[in-house]
Amino acid sequence: MTHYLMAVMGAPVTADDFYGYGSKEEMEQSFAETGAFNDQLKADGQWVFAGGLAPIDKTTVVDGQGASPVVTDGPFLETKEHIGGFWVIDVPDLETAQALAATASKACRGVIEVRPFDGLA
Amino acid sequence: MSDTTTATAAIERIFRDEYGRVVASLVRRFGDIDTAEEAASEALVTALEKWPESGVPPNPGGWLTTAAGNKAIDRIRRDKVRDAKHEAAEMIHDDTPHETTGVIADDRLRLVFTCCHPALAPEARIALTLRLLGGLTVAEIASAFLVQETTMAQRITRAKAKIKGAKIPYRVPEPEDLPARVGTVLAVLLLIFNEGYLSTGDGEPIRAELTDEAIRLARTLHELLPTDLEATGLLAMLLLTEARRGARVRGGELVPLADQDRGGWDRDLIREGHALVRQCLAADRPGRYQVLAAINAVHTDAPTAAATDWSQVVALYDQLVRIDPSPIVALNRAVAIAELDGPEVALAEVDRLPLESYHAWHATRAELLRRLGRSADAAAAYDAALAVCDNTAERAYLTRRRTQLSPKCESSSPEV
Repeated sequence: MTHYLMAVMGAPVTADDFYGYGSKEEMEQSFAETGAFNDQLKADGQWVFAGGLAPIDKTTVVDGQGASPVVTDGPFLETKEHIGGFWVIDVPDLETAQALAATASKACRGVIEVRPFDGLA
Repeated sequence: MSDTTTATAAIERIFRDEYGRVVASLVRRFGDIDTAEEAASEALVTALEKWPESGVPPNPGGWLTTAAGNKAIDRIRRDKVRDAKHEAAEMIHDDTPHETTGVIADDRLRLVFTCCHPALAPEARIALTLRLLGGLTVAEIASAFLVQETTMAQRITRAKAKIKGAKIPYRVPEPEDLPARVGTVLAVLLLIFNEGYLSTGDGEPIRAELTDEAIRLARTLHELLPTDLEATGLLAMLLLTEARRGARVRGGELVPLADQDRGGWDRDLIREGHALVRQCLAADRPGRYQVLAAINAVHTDAPTAAATDWSQVVALYDQLVRIDPSPIVALNRAVAIAELDGPEVALAEVDRLPLESYHAWHATRAELLRRLGRSADAAAAYDAALAVCDNTAERAYLTRRRTQLSPKCESSSPEV
C-alpha cells in the first residue's frame, strides 16, 4: 500500500463568489458530494487525513536554517494557483489513486495533483 | 565477417526479438523493471558464451527467460544475504511455464500499458516502449530521436523511477478503461512510426528501425487484442503506408503519392492491410485508425493515381472529421476535395485552418496556388513551407517544385 497526497489546486477564492463555487446552492452541493466521498474513503479503509486550507493570504513563511529564524509574509511562491486543501489516502497503486482523484475532483470542483509519499514518519 | 562475429550478431538479433517477452515476464515475476533489465542482460552474456558451442536452443525466448530468472534469483539471494530486510524473497518461486504464448503474451500486454501510461510524459512513453518492448538500446533510441544519449538515458531513468515511486501498476486496464488506454498505446505506436516515416533533422529521411519496430509492436498488440478494431485499424494503416515506402523517396527527394511508381509498392503488405480493413468494415464500428486505414486502402487499391476513387476518399474524410474534428484532418480532407471539386474550393477550405506553423499546410497551399496559376503566391507558400519543414527528402522536393514555378509569373512576385 502507498500513501498519496491529493492536493486540490486552484486560484485564490473569497467569500464574495461563495469561495469560487459561484452560488450558495452550488457550494452546498459540492460540500455534500465531498462529504459523501470522504465517507466512502473511510468505509473502504483508504482514508488517512483530509482538510481544507485557509485562504492563501493567511500564509507565513519561516526559514530557520540561519542563525536566527527569518519570518516573512507568505506565500513562498507567488503563483496564480495554490493548494486549497488536500487528502492523504492509502491505496495499492497509482491507478486506484487516480480513480479516487477523479471522483474527488468532480466533488470538490477543482483540479487535483496526485503525488506519492516517499516515506512516512 | 568471422564466424564468431556472425554468431554474436545472430544471438544479439534473437535477443532483441525476444527482449520484450523476456523483460515483460520478469517484470511480472519480480515486480521491478531494473531487476528485469539487469537479469536479461546477464542472460545475454551467458547466451553469448554458451550458444556458439551448444547451438541456439529450440525455444530461445524460453531459454533466455529461464536463464534471466535464475540470474535475478541469484541477485536477490545475494542482496538478501547482505540485507536481511529485503522483501523480494517471496517472489522467488514461480511455476509459470516459459512458453512463448499465453501468460507471456499477457505479460507484454501488461507492460505496454505501463510504458504508455498517461501519468508518464508522452516522450517518455515512446522511449520506454522502444526500450522495454522493442529491445532497442538507449543509444539507438537517442539517435533515432536525435537527442544525446545521456538525455535519453535520463528520460528513461526518470520514467522508470516514476513507475516505481508513484506505483504505476503492471496490469491490463479494467474493461471500462480499456478503449481510452488502448488509444494511448496506439498513439505512441503511431508517433514511433511517423518519426521513422518522416524523420526530422538532417539524417536519413526514413528511419526503417522505427517504422519496423512500430509495425512489429502494432502486430503484437493486434495479436494480443484481436477484437479491438482500432488496434486492427492502426496495424492496417501502418502496413498500407509501409507498403509504399520503396516508392516514396527517389534520389533523396520525396515523391508525392500521385507521382509514385506503383509497381514499386509492396503487394504482400497491401494484401495483408486490405484484409484487415475488410475485417473492420465487416464489424462496422468505425474509429479514427480504421477510417485512416480505409483511406489508405482506397489509395493502394487504385492501379494509377488518376483511377483513385476520390469521392470515396472524401466520404471517408467526412467520417473522420466527425470522429476527429482537428484542423490537420480538415487539411487532408481538403487535399482530396481538390481532386474532386478543384483547387479553388480546396484552397478556400485550407485558408480557414489555423495551421501556420505546420509545414504541410504551407506545402498544400503552395501546390493549390500553383494549380491555380498564382505563381507568386505559390512561391511565397513554398518558402514558408521550407522555413518550417525539417525532413531532408521533403525539403528537396519542395525546393525543386519552387524552382519549377512559371518564371513569367515569378517576376511579378514582390522582391524582398
